[in-house]
Amino acid sequence: MTSYLLRRLAGTVVLLVVMAALVYVIFYALPSNPAVLVCGKGCGGGQLAAIDHKLGLDQPEYLQFWHFLEGIVMGRDYSSGPDVSHCAAPCLGFSFQNDQPVLSLIAQRLPVSLSLTTGAMVVWLLIGVSAGVLSALREGRFTDRTVTALSVLAFGTPIFVSGMLLLILFCGFLHLLDFPVYVPLTEDPAAWAKNLLLPWFTLAISQAAVYARLTRTGMLEALSEEHIRTFRAYGLRERRIVGRHALRGALTPVISITAYDFGYILVGAMLTETLFGLPGLGQLIVQSSNNVDLPVVAGLTLVAGAAIVVANTVADLLYAVVDRRVVLA
Amino acid sequence: MTAELVAEAGAAPEAPARGRQVWRRLRADHMAMAGLVVAIAAIVAAIAAPLLIHLEGQDTTAYHSGLLDSARGGVPLGSFGGVSGRHWLGVEPTTGRDLFARALDGARISFLVAFGTLVVQILLGVGIGLAAGLGGKVADAVLGRLTDLAISFPQLIFAIALLAIVPGTFPRPMLLMLVIGLFGWGGTARLVRGQVLSLKTRDYVAAARLSGASRTRIALREILPGVSAPLVTYAALLLPSNMISEAGLSFLGVGVRPPASSWGQMLSTATTWFQADPTYVLVPGLLLLVNVLAFTVLADGLRTALDPKARSLRGGRR
Amino acid sequence: MTERPVKTVLSVRDLTVEFPSDGGSLRAVDGVSFDLAAGGALGIVGESGSGKSTTALALLGLHRNSGARVSGRILVGDDDVNALDDEAVRRLRGHHVAMIFQDPLSALDPYYRIGDQISEVYRTHSGAGRKAAWTRAVEVLDRVGIPDAARRARARPHEFSGGMRQRALIAMALACEPEILVADEPTSALDVTVQAQILDLLDELRADTGMALLLITHDLGVVSRSADEVLVMQNGRTVEHGPVGEVLRAPAEPYTRALLAAVPRLDGPAPARRPAGEPLLTVTGLSREFRRPGGGLGRDVLRAVDGVSLDVRRGETLGVVGESGSGKTTLARMMVRLLEPTSGSVVFEGRDIARLAEKRLRSVRRDLQMVFQDPVSSLNPRRTVGDSIADPLRVQGMAGREALRTARELMERVGLDPTRHDRYPHEFSGGQRQRMGIARALSLEPKLLVCDEPVSALDVSTQAQILDLLGGLQKEYDLTIVFVSHDLAVVRQVSDRVAVMHDGELVELGDAGRLYESPRHEYTRALLAAVPLLA
Repeated sequence: MTSYLLRRLAGTVVLLVVMAALVYVIFYALPSNPAVLVCGKGCGGGQLAAIDHKLGLDQPEYLQFWHFLEGIVMGRDYSSGPDVSHCAAPCLGFSFQNDQPVLSLIAQRLPVSLSLTTGAMVVWLLIGVSAGVLSALREGRFTDRTVTALSVLAFGTPIFVSGMLLLILFCGFLHLLDFPVYVPLTEDPAAWAKNLLLPWFTLAISQAAVYARLTRTGMLEALSEEHIRTFRAYGLRERRIVGRHALRGALTPVISITAYDFGYILVGAMLTETLFGLPGLGQLIVQSSNNVDLPVVAGLTLVAGAAIVVANTVADLLYAVVDRRVVLA
Repeated sequence: MTAELVAEAGAAPEAPARGRQVWRRLRADHMAMAGLVVAIAAIVAAIAAPLLIHLEGQDTTAYHSGLLDSARGGVPLGSFGGVSGRHWLGVEPTTGRDLFARALDGARISFLVAFGTLVVQILLGVGIGLAAGLGGKVADAVLGRLTDLAISFPQLIFAIALLAIVPGTFPRPMLLMLVIGLFGWGGTARLVRGQVLSLKTRDYVAAARLSGASRTRIALREILPGVSAPLVTYAALLLPSNMISEAGLSFLGVGVRPPASSWGQMLSTATTWFQADPTYVLVPGLLLLVNVLAFTVLADGLRTALDPKARSLRGGRR
Repeated sequence: MTERPVKTVLSVRDLTVEFPSDGGSLRAVDGVSFDLAAGGALGIVGESGSGKSTTALALLGLHRNSGARVSGRILVGDDDVNALDDEAVRRLRGHHVAMIFQDPLSALDPYYRIGDQISEVYRTHSGAGRKAAWTRAVEVLDRVGIPDAARRARARPHEFSGGMRQRALIAMALACEPEILVADEPTSALDVTVQAQILDLLDELRADTGMALLLITHDLGVVSRSADEVLVMQNGRTVEHGPVGEVLRAPAEPYTRALLAAVPRLDGPAPARRPAGEPLLTVTGLSREFRRPGGGLGRDVLRAVDGVSLDVRRGETLGVVGESGSGKTTLARMMVRLLEPTSGSVVFEGRDIARLAEKRLRSVRRDLQMVFQDPVSSLNPRRTVGDSIADPLRVQGMAGREALRTARELMERVGLDPTRHDRYPHEFSGGQRQRMGIARALSLEPKLLVCDEPVSALDVSTQAQILDLLGGLQKEYDLTIVFVSHDLAVVRQVSDRVAVMHDGELVELGDAGRLYESPRHEYTRALLAAVPLLA
């Protein structure tokens, strides 16, 4: 187990360096003139040279990449003559458009993304797993057909379409809710929840569809296992067989996929955040991409990659913890 | 998402399915047939878009400010977003451009990108999957890792970032196909590799080796046919998924750029109009929804038709 | 020897089970009747599809909610299982009638400790507390011979060996002291030495507790060894029913006689041997290592085959026997170079093929062919059987049409209808597919045919036909055969010489007659002693 963890950790570090290189190549090395992208079209030659120097773009590529990596570990200073911008470790870059290190931009947005993801996850797990279990127990009957039809519908509906439909219904026609505005949890928990209700459900609907299907399949598989027949043959109550023995097997994949999805959605809820104007990480990616704020895009991509790699590792570990037969290698 | 799609595409069926048999089973599946009809109608409409727009007597770019209520911020006059005999689906707020024309043009883009992306995904995925499965241990280790990376990667994030920095002169639909395809081949590769690795251990492959058959012959005759059935199912599932990806990217403002139109892009501008002009939201929204559903249901029907033992997504034993 | 049992614990009258199927219903069990006395043992034997397992499941009411129609009377004590409500049947299960299954690994829940699973069953029926139930679980585990039961009760099923798992399942059955134990092929997934131990345990428990045993099996030897009475089933009906000694020694029905005649025996006259020829294939110091999955950074290797040396002589049949994990299949695959040996040589007609490159190997390939165990995996499901059989010929350069004609001749030779050459494998039975596998192997007229468990997946009567076919073909094609099997009786029937494998090593090699009559190695003796004899 320890040796597995160490190897996995080493693999993760390698993966992140590879990803950093990829990010670097795409965002700093590829564009013909990053300074133009950073500065905009109105910049003159002198300004461009200054920016080049400040970003370190006048150095050879390999050195630039090294500084990029060095910054992540030790922090770095961006200077062009008198004005020095310090970026503390781990420095993921510096946004000149916002005049802030990328990391602090991310830190400001993180609570929003956490609120959105956590709440949505609760909703999708509750709906998805219970619908899946119900569907499997009533296989082939009306309930099952309804649940599966609904899940195909929900799965096939793009998030921004279902979100928009929810908006039209709850804000436009029923006037039950206002257009969401993010309120921090620490300020007003009730307003926090009320404003996040629509985003939570929007995100949860399509996820719940996947989870319902996953749970249903897992449950049907578990119920057809021979040890279920054993416990029937030994007179255990059906409720106990389902609740203790079948559900355990059915939920094993659900647990590890939840870990993975959490990591992914935390950094990648771009559509939901954009639709509802929530200032989370996903929105930050979209905004800085549209503004060509390269340092932010590069830094965020790296963070997103890291989040997903970590989520993957956690998912695998959880799987091994839940299912002891799995040999970690 | 990809991992789940792979799981659903499932393993190769034990019995071969021949064209006529598959078609017979598919025809008995009413949902799948409905999906097929919608899908074909939509594709035909998309191909014939210029003709149909001409038939309506409008085009995608002309402004009709006379049809708008400037007192209310440019909402179309008349009910349901200005639906009339001349503008079959109404007009766009603030500009008055014809929605029928723009929606059809959007359909063209949507299918073009979805199919183009599929080609990229299948070429990359099958190539890499086959190389990993049939190559030696080293090839498998390297390509297998690469596939894992591609699957667990924040594809959409990378796509957004990449789309933002590529110069605007590059043809946009082509760029979308490349970017979505480049980040979305992992599932196909994993499916193909898994299938190949499983088929490789079958005794009939050993028997073929014993008969002196070359590796190429074994790959072509014994292994590839076994990969094709789940691959077709998976590709069919990828299609609606690609449509969603394109619409999503356009919705975020990094996909198809004006003056070309796309459902996602229309939805993005419609966000602010959902109260004043719901028709503007519903036209692209429902078009996208119906098409994605049609293709999803069709893919599911295809899967059950190819392998009757597999469980349908829609449940029930048939 | 045994006192006459008095009390009847199970009485089945006119049991019929029907499954709905397309356009009608399938009668899996048709009017079966029998009685079982306390402490008695009834064996139900039959081939696949005979309805023996369906009968077993019906005794516990396990067909409920499956759509099957069960009629007749099943009296457990005074209760008719068919007439009871679901709740009453549930209380009966495990408490009065317990059941053990063929595959003890999948019959236990992988996620929970074995002790917990047994406790759970015990608590369901006794209402005992957690602690008392755990004590009971340890007690029964100890009773079935699990060493250090108090500690091992905390293990999960995958940490047990196959035999231990079956013991654990028997312990679960014992927990509530049922009157009847239904054992559905309890030893079919186990090695012969482990089988002997489990059968001994069942005998012992029956004698000690007075529990009645209903033994469902395909193996007449097992019935002969462990049951007092036998009921022979075919197509859902009772063929013959009586005391084991009488039925097996003097069967009244032709089906029973045919079944008995098909069973290869360890006793009885040995078949005539062929004179030994020159060595055709010589294996010297052959080893093969596999890296263990999940091994650490160090090289954790498994020596599947360890320094085996032997000759295969022209015209003979060399039997290779061993239990699972003995390395017999690995050895077989190295002989035809499907696997590359880690070390050692395989000399075929003067040429070492052990490390020949695949391209240079091609010229030798046609002389070395193989018949595989699994009739499902050995034919490509997506190709017609004619194509599959003709393919080796095409690879070796024969024109497509001629190859197909030859394939059809081969089909006819192995007893298949050649007009069905354009059908797909799934349209054929297991025995027919095995014939196709043989036809394909013969298409290149090889000199050596390696058969890896060719009849293990087949019913005993099909097995006899395939063995006959192989014997005939051997003469006709002048074949040298290596016959790999776990079944000592089958190997004895077909082999001139026999090699015994154990833990990757060759422990004994000798003429079949000598080896079976006076085995020299201790392991060979143990193996032979473990085989249940017929009557």
